[in-house]
Amino acid sequence: MESRSMDAEIALKTEAIVGRLKPLEGPLLPILHDVQKEFGYVPKAALPVIANGLNLSRAEVHGVVSFYHDYREEPAGRHVIKMCRAEACQSMGGDELGERLLDLLGLDWHGTSDDGAVTIEPVYCLGLCACAPAAMVDGQVIGRLDDRMVTELARAVKA
Amino acid sequence: MSVKIYVPGDSGAVAVGADRLALAMEKAVRAQGLGAKIVRNGSRGLYWLEPMIEVETEAGRVAYGPVRAADVDGLLAAGLLEGGDHPLRLGDPEELPFLRRQTRLTFARCGVTDPLSLEDYRRHGGLAGLTNAVAMEPRAIVAQVTESGLRGRGGAGFPTGIKWNTVLEAEGPQKYIVCNADEGDSGSFADRMIMEGDPFVVIEGMIIAGIATGATKGYVYLRSEYPHAILAMNRAVVIAREAGILGTSVLGSDHAFDMEIRVGAGAYVCGEETALLESLEGRRGIVRAKPPLPAHKGFLGRPTVINNVISLASVPIILDKGAEYYREFGMGRSRGTIPIQIAGNVKHGGLFEAAFGMALGELVDDIAGGTASGRPVKAVQVGGPLGAYFPRALFDTPFDYEAFAGKDGLIGHAGLVVFDDSADMLKQARFAFEFCAVESCGKCTPCRIGSTRGVEVTDKIRDGIEPESQIKLMTDLCNTMKFGSLCALGGFTPYPVMSALTHFPEDFRPDPSMRGSMTQAAE
Repeated sequence: MESRSMDAEIALKTEAIVGRLKPLEGPLLPILHDVQKEFGYVPKAALPVIANGLNLSRAEVHGVVSFYHDYREEPAGRHVIKMCRAEACQSMGGDELGERLLDLLGLDWHGTSDDGAVTIEPVYCLGLCACAPAAMVDGQVIGRLDDRMVTELARAVKA
Repeated sequence: MSVKIYVPGDSGAVAVGADRLALAMEKAVRAQGLGAKIVRNGSRGLYWLEPMIEVETEAGRVAYGPVRAADVDGLLAAGLLEGGDHPLRLGDPEELPFLRRQTRLTFARCGVTDPLSLEDYRRHGGLAGLTNAVAMEPRAIVAQVTESGLRGRGGAGFPTGIKWNTVLEAEGPQKYIVCNADEGDSGSFADRMIMEGDPFVVIEGMIIAGIATGATKGYVYLRSEYPHAILAMNRAVVIAREAGILGTSVLGSDHAFDMEIRVGAGAYVCGEETALLESLEGRRGIVRAKPPLPAHKGFLGRPTVINNVISLASVPIILDKGAEYYREFGMGRSRGTIPIQIAGNVKHGGLFEAAFGMALGELVDDIAGGTASGRPVKAVQVGGPLGAYFPRALFDTPFDYEAFAGKDGLIGHAGLVVFDDSADMLKQARFAFEFCAVESCGKCTPCRIGSTRGVEVTDKIRDGIEPESQIKLMTDLCNTMKFGSLCALGGFTPYPVMSALTHFPEDFRPDPSMRGSMTQAAE
C-alpha cells in the first residue's frame, strides 16, 4: 500500500526522531511513541531505520512493536474509542454497554469501520473506577457512561 | 485580592464534566466582571460528588457538588464567591464524613492545593522532608524509612527500607530510582490521583530515595492510559528543575538528582518490576527470573530501587515527621496509612486514606454506603484483577497485609471493586483467566498456556460439560499456575478464580436453574 516515495518520507522523518531520542537510556519506546504520534501508526518502513539507528536487528524492533497493545501496525480510524472492560466497569454494567456499542457500530473489538470513521478497542482500566463505566474517546476521558451516552457516542463518531 | 474557585483538573472529575464546568465558570466570571481566579486542583477523592468545586472564603473553604456547567449561573447568583446557600452546597469539605474519617498523610495536599504551584506545595508542608534529608547521612535516611515500617504499596508489601539498604550497599558506577507508575489494576487509582493532584510529592520521595541510596538518576514509568498524569508529572519535573529541587545541587546541597518521565505502551505485565525494567530498557516486557534482584542488577544491569508511586509519595512525610510518627498508625506489621480506593458498584466511591486495620465490611457498608444499584453486596474484589473475591462472611477481615493473606487474599494496591448480587462469579473467574491470557508476557508455560486452558475449562463448566471433573481440573490448573509461574500475573490469577469457587460454589453448578444470573452469561 505504501508507495516508494512514501516509504522514503517515512524513513526520513523516522531518522530525525531516532537522531533526537537516541541519546536517551533505553530509547526504543520513546522513539516508537514519537513515530506513532507522527504517522498515527508504526509503519513497516520505519522499522529498518530504527533498527539501524539503535544497532538492533529489524526482528528485535518488530518484536517490541508487536508486544505492546498501544502500537498499531495499521492506521486507526479517525475516531478511536477505548472502552474499559475491567472489573470495576463490569460491576457497573460495562460489559452490556460495550456489547451495545459494538452492535451500534457494527464492529468487533479492535475493529475499524470500512469508511475509516472509527476504531474501537478494549482497554483494561483507565483509573476512573469510581466513575465507572468509563471510556476514552480521542484522548478525552468519559465516566458514568450509560445507554443514552453510548447511543450518542456511536452517532457522533459515525457522523 | 481575588477569590479562588477550585475546579478539579483530576481526570476522574474531567470524565464527568470538570473541563466543561471550568470553561463555563471562567466565562461567567469574566462576563460578570467578578474578581475570581479559577484554580484546577486535584481531586479530594469524593468521586460521587465530582465535579466538586470549592470556594476560598474568609470563613474557610466551602464545597459544592456535583456541579454541572449548567449550574454556574445559578451558583453565582446564589453568591458562590461568598459561600452562599444553594441546593448543591456541601459546606466545609473537611467536615464531610467521608473526609473527616480519614487520616490523610500521603494525600494531605491532594485536592487542596494547586498541583503545579511550588508555593502552595511549600506552604502545605512540602519539601520539609527533603530539607531534612539533604542534611542527613544516607544510612540515617534509610534507617528512618526502615523504622517507619513502610512496606511496598504496589502490592508485594516488601519493606521499603530493606530494599533501599540493599541498593545503598550495592556497588555500581550509576544507581537508579525507578518509580513504578504502571498502575494497571482495575479498582486502583491512587497513583493516578497523586500524580495529577500532588506531583511534587512523588518527585520529593524519589529525590530522598536517591540521596539515601546514592542514586542520581530517576525514572517514572507511567502507563499510557493516564495522559493527565503524564502531563502533570512532566510539568512538575520542569518546574522542580527550574527551582533547583532537581539538578546538580538539590536544594543547594552537594547532592545531585534528576529524573525523566517515561511512558508505557499498554502492557499490564509491565507493572511487574522486572518486566518494567525490560520495557524501560526498550525491550518486550518479558519478566526476568530473580535473582539477581533489581537492587543488585536493575536498570541497565545497575543497582536500582523500584518502588511504587504511593511508597515513594509516603516517604516525604516520614522524613518530615519522623519514623515514630508514621509507625504509630496501623496494626501488626502493617504500619502507617493506606490509601484505599473504593470503586465499582458503590454509592460513595473514592479514595479513603486510613490507618491499616479498618474492617473490610466497614469500608464497604459504612464508608462506601453499599451499592450504587441499591441491591445487596455479593462480593468485593480486593487488590485488582489478581486479588481474591471476598464474600460478606469475610467482611470482618481487617485491612492488613497478613490478615488478608490469612484469608487467601491480598490487599495488593488496596483497590476495592464492589459487585452486587447480579454478579456471576463463574463469569468473573473466566474473566480472570481471559485477562491473564491477554496480558501474559509468554515467558513461562503455566501462565501462557494455563490462562487459555482456564478459559476453556470455565466455558465447559458454563455449558454443563462434565462440570464436576472440570472443577477438579480448574483447581489443579490453579495449583500449577500458583506455584509454577514466574511472576504474580500467572501466580496470582488463581486468587480470583479460587476465591470465586470457594465462596460462591453455587455459581459453578451445572444445573442452569440453580445458577441464578448464570443464564445471562450463558446467553
